[in-house]
Amino acid sequence: MYRHDSFDAAFLAERNRQFRDQVARRLDGSLTEEEFRPLRLMNGLYLQLHAYMLRVAIPYGTLNPAQMRKLAEVAERWDRGYGHFTTRQNIQFNWPRLIDVPDMLDALAEVGLHAIQTSGNTIRNVTADHFAGAAADEIEDPRPYAELIRQWSTDHPEFQFLPRKFKIAITGAPHDRAVTRAHDIGLRMVRRNGRPGFEVIVGGGLGRTPMIGQVIRDFLPVADLLPYLEAIVATYNLLGRRDNKYKARIKITLHENGIERMRDLVEARFAEIAPDFDPARTAAELAHIAAHFAPPSLPEAPEAPYHTARAADPVFRAWADTNLHAHRAPGYGIVTISLKAHGEVPGDATSARMRAVADLAERFGRGEIRVSHEQNLILPHVALGDLPAVHAALRRHGLAAANAGLLSDIIACPGMDYCALATARSIPVAQEIATHFERQRLEHDIGPLKIKISGCINACGHHHVGHIGILGLDRAGVETYQITLGGDGAEEATLGERTGPGFSAAEIVPAIERLLRAYLGLRRDRGETFLQTYRRLGPGPFKTALYERDRADAA
Amino acid sequence: MARPIPLQVVTANALVSGRVVWLTARGGWTACMAEAAVFDDPAQAKDALCRAEMQSDRVVGPYLARVRQSADSTEPAHFREAFRRDGPSAAARIPRQPPETD
Ligand code: HEM
Ligand code: SF4
Repeated sequence: MYRHDSFDAAFLAERNRQFRDQVARRLDGSLTEEEFRPLRLMNGLYLQLHAYMLRVAIPYGTLNPAQMRKLAEVAERWDRGYGHFTTRQNIQFNWPRLIDVPDMLDALAEVGLHAIQTSGNTIRNVTADHFAGAAADEIEDPRPYAELIRQWSTDHPEFQFLPRKFKIAITGAPHDRAVTRAHDIGLRMVRRNGRPGFEVIVGGGLGRTPMIGQVIRDFLPVADLLPYLEAIVATYNLLGRRDNKYKARIKITLHENGIERMRDLVEARFAEIAPDFDPARTAAELAHIAAHFAPPSLPEAPEAPYHTARAADPVFRAWADTNLHAHRAPGYGIVTISLKAHGEVPGDATSARMRAVADLAERFGRGEIRVSHEQNLILPHVALGDLPAVHAALRRHGLAAANAGLLSDIIACPGMDYCALATARSIPVAQEIATHFERQRLEHDIGPLKIKISGCINACGHHHVGHIGILGLDRAGVETYQITLGGDGAEEATLGERTGPGFSAAEIVPAIERLLRAYLGLRRDRGETFLQTYRRLGPGPFKTALYERDRADAA
Repeated sequence: MARPIPLQVVTANALVSGRVVWLTARGGWTACMAEAAVFDDPAQAKDALCRAEMQSDRVVGPYLARVRQSADSTEPAHFREAFRRDGPSAAARIPRQPPETD
């Protein structure tokens, strides 16, 4: 795992010292809120509905046990004993006091964590495939490149005041688990003539004007990564609109200028600046970084306990069927630890659970933990033979929900339970859907399904790319939920289509049930997923299922 | 028909703790909405907001919020303000501890 070098440590210490000073000056009245606000946002400190909120970056979603324990400690000492893992592989603490934040940041810095560039119009935390370095389908571990991008973008003097926030996602696998097409820049590793490179996608984004990104370069040799990214961001920095914050994202720049013009400008800029980047230095830096991501040794281990447990224990088998993914090494698996036990808040973890996961990673997982954009935790390298012990420990901590990739594995943004921008709640909707279908015992029958919920048009819950998306709105002072269908965040990225009028908080769960019962009746067989059935039949029958009752009532 | 006169309170977040507070009749801040000063005169409400804005050493982001009043209570007019008063939905707060421990 990457260790921050002394430069990073000194930089962090200096930033934290500055912020401590700024907080002191705010508290003693020498800074007004207008002066202080941009400073706190630069350090990931927001003001939410009920309290401040501190957003801490988890670069490319990778944590070691010491870092996880530190998050647990911070949650316990200065917050309310839990944190919220987000779709951008960050963690948010919901209840810090302003006066404590400098101490929290110092504590986080002890393990190399920070909140820099988790807010503001900067290049944000680079997100990556949460199975990176472990997935069976991977070309190469994308995290060394993500780390290179992190170093390049952190405190980049030209890119501290972009027209708007800027998000980069990277994957090393053909199956896109990083939603690369919904990011300002998406990078997908590809090979050409045996050489690794990237397909570069720009202009994806959700929010009020959702757009799927477009390919600006189909093959970028890895040595050109930084100058090319710099060319894109610099082009955007010049061209991006600053007159209207709703038109300031690169997706709008791309939409207004067209991919051809963007490509020409970026390539011209690239040609200009490429000579300033020394490829030999980049290669050396990459090699240095890659050494920290050297794959852990995964010696052959007995698999027998796994097969015995599968045969003997249906609860274990059900969990392994959903929460275990194929590892590149024989005899190993990737474990998804669901933070979506039915009725819990998607993405929330208590300090006790964070410590339990840290212990498991240490004992059985080569000291590696990942945070997924789906708001779960991952142990990427577990020997199959250790799974019965891992599962037993997860059960003791209430972390053994067998629902990864199923209906209750819902992404939900904080919504109006926490967020100052929200127009409706999202957490209770997620909880009610999960518990309702648990009671109906329909979840396993329904099979793979992605439901995603946002509490306002900003789309932090990725609802546009949910197979079923739910958007909470305020319609004349009443929480109203609008449904989109057929969205997909994977390699065939698609935006969902709106079905029609929204539903009240009381109507939304029954509406989802009508939709899913319709699917069960319409699918060809158990092998045809909701999304496949939707793609085959289109929205017609699903709309009928959603709205037929209303029509019957009206008749 | 004449529009009903809006009833308003001044609300903000406390500077140090970030917690939700309301302006009281005596010009201080309370964490209990029932103790908030309710203004039925828009000009007075605006005045109170101006004074609140000058207390930037104590609160952040003061604004006016509509309320409804009955004989025995003051209720937020909008659900957002009800959430600010009540905190996250009960369900979003409860099952915080693992059901079993070892
Ligand atoms: C609670 C404080 C939060 C605030 C104030 C906030 C604010 C915003 C805003 C204003 C946008 C729209 C940006 C634009 O389109 O220009 C946005 C987008 C987004 N946010 Fe958040 N957000 C918050 C929490 C979260 C959380 C908890 C997550 C993860 C669960 C998240 C992930 C995202 C994602 C994925 C997008 C959409 C992708 C895009 O950038 O287009 N945000 N957020
Ligand atoms: S989608 Fe809206 S409500 Fe949800 S976290 Fe983002 S800004 Fe807040």
